[in-house]
Amino acid sequence: MDVSAHDVLLVGGGAAGLRAAIAAAEVHPKLSVAVVSKVYPMRSHTVSAEGGAAGAVKSDDSLEEHAYDTISGGDWLCDQDAVEVFVKEAPLELLQLEHWGCPWSREPDGHIAVRAFGGMKKRRTWFAADKTGFHMLHTLFQTSLKYDPITRYDEWFVSRLLVDEGRVQGVVAIELMSGKIQAITAKAVILCTGGCGRVFPFTTNANIKNGDGMALALRAGAPLKDMEFVQYHPTGLPFTGILITEAARAEGGYLLNKDGYRYLQDYNLGKPEPRPVLRSMELGPRDRLSQAFVKEDQKGHTSPTPYGSVVHLDLRHLGERLINTKLPFVRELCLKYQNIDPVSELIPVRPVVHYMMGGVSTDIQGATPLAGLYAAGEVACVSINGANRLGSNSLPECLVFGARAGKAAALFAAEQKPPNPAVLTQAADEQARLRSCFLEKTGGREHVAALREEMQATVEKSAGIYRDGTTLQDATTTLHELQERYANLSLDDRSNTFNTELEAALELGFMLDVSESIVRCAFERTESRGAHQRTDFPSRDDQKFLVHSLVYRDPDGSSRVEYSAVTITRWPPGERVYGAPPQQPEEPQAAPARRAG
Amino acid sequence: MHPQTPNPNLYTEYHPRWYRRRVSTYWWVGQRQYRKFILRELSSVFVAVFVVITLLQLRALRAGPEAYARFQHRMQGPALMVLCAISLFFVVFHTITWFNLAPRALALRIRGRRLPDFLVAAPNYIIWLVVSAAVTWAVLR
Amino acid sequence: MADTIILEIARYSPEQDIEPRFETFEVPFRKEWVVLDALNYIKDKVDGTLTYRWSCRMGICGSCGMMVNGEPMLSCATFLSSYARNGSRVRVEPLRYFPVVRDLVTELSDFLGKLKRVKPWLIRKEELLLRQGEFRQTPEQLEDYRQFSMCINCTLCYAACPVVGLDPLFVGPAAIALAQRYNKDSRDQGAEERTMVLAHPEGIWGCTFVGECTRVCPKHVDPAGAIQQYKLKSALDWAKSLFLLPGPKKEKISGASADT
Repeated sequence: MDVSAHDVLLVGGGAAGLRAAIAAAEVHPKLSVAVVSKVYPMRSHTVSAEGGAAGAVKSDDSLEEHAYDTISGGDWLCDQDAVEVFVKEAPLELLQLEHWGCPWSREPDGHIAVRAFGGMKKRRTWFAADKTGFHMLHTLFQTSLKYDPITRYDEWFVSRLLVDEGRVQGVVAIELMSGKIQAITAKAVILCTGGCGRVFPFTTNANIKNGDGMALALRAGAPLKDMEFVQYHPTGLPFTGILITEAARAEGGYLLNKDGYRYLQDYNLGKPEPRPVLRSMELGPRDRLSQAFVKEDQKGHTSPTPYGSVVHLDLRHLGERLINTKLPFVRELCLKYQNIDPVSELIPVRPVVHYMMGGVSTDIQGATPLAGLYAAGEVACVSINGANRLGSNSLPECLVFGARAGKAAALFAAEQKPPNPAVLTQAADEQARLRSCFLEKTGGREHVAALREEMQATVEKSAGIYRDGTTLQDATTTLHELQERYANLSLDDRSNTFNTELEAALELGFMLDVSESIVRCAFERTESRGAHQRTDFPSRDDQKFLVHSLVYRDPDGSSRVEYSAVTITRWPPGERVYGAPPQQPEEPQAAPARRAG
Repeated sequence: MHPQTPNPNLYTEYHPRWYRRRVSTYWWVGQRQYRKFILRELSSVFVAVFVVITLLQLRALRAGPEAYARFQHRMQGPALMVLCAISLFFVVFHTITWFNLAPRALALRIRGRRLPDFLVAAPNYIIWLVVSAAVTWAVLR
Repeated sequence: MADTIILEIARYSPEQDIEPRFETFEVPFRKEWVVLDALNYIKDKVDGTLTYRWSCRMGICGSCGMMVNGEPMLSCATFLSSYARNGSRVRVEPLRYFPVVRDLVTELSDFLGKLKRVKPWLIRKEELLLRQGEFRQTPEQLEDYRQFSMCINCTLCYAACPVVGLDPLFVGPAAIALAQRYNKDSRDQGAEERTMVLAHPEGIWGCTFVGECTRVCPKHVDPAGAIQQYKLKSALDWAKSLFLLPGPKKEKISGASADT
């Protein structure tokens, strides 16, 4: 079997992966950095992010305020030391991107422009029209072409981490083009594979978001953190699930129910004003807006469509000129996919799964408890997003922690011995597994698509916006059955060349593991906080649950859930208040002795 | 479903042969836009024909009234009339397509807004018509 | 309207086939469906071996380019309803002028090599330090190159350009448009470095302004315009160099904001 060896290996080539690769390459020019991605990097899902990236640079803003907005938005489940590092480095990372050529939108005098965004008290979101993720990703990809130490493995699918002597020593990957299975060894591996939205049936996420890195880490023995926190974005187009960015509301869009009423005013989100008010009404946090939709739906105030009930986003009062300058992509998407012109018509929207707050548990350097394994971006949970992420925090998160993980992994790798040749037997095992379970398997009766649809329906029913213990318990049983049926899979496609059915089968395996973690953690957390709402436990319980859930998979296949404390430095938990003039952030206290997160 | 065993004459394991389609000499026949493009390019042949005729005309002018009369007589032959008619059509076609494409090469902006294409193309048309009118008047006088 | 629609899809498996063949599938017709939905239906319910690329399904990642009835299109942005007349078929083939790996999947390493060759990154004679803040760039300066920065690398323009098909060394529309995106960025100082690749028979001078690239571009990047603009500039630079002594090139205005 072929082997390649590198010092630092990135799994995934999106914003976090490319930023980490550049950071690692800059640590030392002699280091060899590999980026292994199952798609070409410019196809990574970062590309679809629209709204913006938050960085506190304007003179009327401060790092403390950005930190407070983030922490209160996360319902106090954020690790505050991580948030402090994040808000400090975010502006520097965004500036670095500007120096690399990112076409940020500007004020008339040439300075960076910022706009309002949901849950933020001040205007601090940098944006590149309404294609921020696209421009960031292409800037990072094009800049990464400059660095000779970076070798790319485009369209290679990582199916397993190599672990030996308690240390991650590389990956086993399939070259999709040829079907060749190969070990790529490395002294440090950084997971940047993004989230797991495709575990749900209706999501903004692309086909490639299957929680690959989360499952890889779980199977290798690293814990996943806060998996029960799944973000529903309030405005997605029905049927396709295509995202209508929060920026549409930041520029002044209204959310109306079937009677044309701005219903958010009934849900403790403030009073309706003609112009958007920060942290109020349509600029409230995403979890509250999605929950308001469900309540409106239960009251019968939403409009039915063949693809689910909807409310309407009204942009008509913004005018054609503003929409064309600030929201051109929104207009394009509505026209192309919904046959609706937002300049003169209402846009039907409903909440759609968008982001995974939970993920591979890391510290503020991006390191997991498993030596040699790092993670950054949506796949990781540091945690800066806590129980609910604020819009425009995710793109800078990829940059800040991508850079940190890249640097930390490079420094770690520089000290390591080359990987043990014994890991190659694991690679041979993986090749044998792929052959016997998939490519050469006889007698199976299940199909990938059918199992996938059943899994998605189960997860949506049990781990949706509102959850309860009984449904979650039933879901655990169903998912367990699906795992058993998965062992009985039969592929139509037995070819070696670009076998996307094999890829889908492996992704399904990852998704089954991830969905089990989500349902399990949701069941164990008997409180409601942020995006995790239990109808049987409707209030927040800081006594028992101001902690992170950690789920581990043991070698015998069973999983266990433990809890770890949330790091509180300066902002003790308070009430999340939106709509009213925001209460002053608590006076920062002298930092207590840091508790391990 | 399809037979899945690889054909050993075609395929070496892990070395798939990419299929490369040959581009035919008649690549332009099947699509309207391509045919229009080829016609546009071929029109330059007829522009050259016109130039040659004009040079011959000038030479005949210089050689004196008899030579010019002979030239005019030859030009009235049926074959040359047809050639001139076709050439005229293609020269006009060439000019119009050229003027319509010219704006793409010029990204002029006035006060932040890009000049619409017809405003860049228009001066060309105007000058063409004015010069043509002037020459016609001079010749027919 | 009919309940179903017929798709004729090009199939090719290098392990069995010498050359591609067509296979016909009948799929349900829904007015919200795009060609990609039909392909997914076939793969999930009829024939799992059908192979194609896709990801975002919202026309921004650039994965799903293919020929639909002879036109290069993004399969996620092409509605079946545009083709649904009685008896009409939708013919789906891999993008033209690229080698075919399998079914509808093309080989892109040549294209990526051309992208890299034009040096698509910000080139500075002196780097700006982070503590000096951002480059100042007015909205008008941003507008100079904004259109060329919208390219999603879907390669539809390469499938539309006959020069790409006839001359494999031609750099191609998207790569030249990307080079222009940087040449016209007020912060960039690398235009000279890119002339070697661009002002070359296989660069801009390979282009005969067929104009198909601009017509098929799903993001309205106008690569043909980028190429013609560069031709004009290159020709003028050459003319100037004949008559004038080479002098210091006029530096684009790109000051840094004041120290914060």
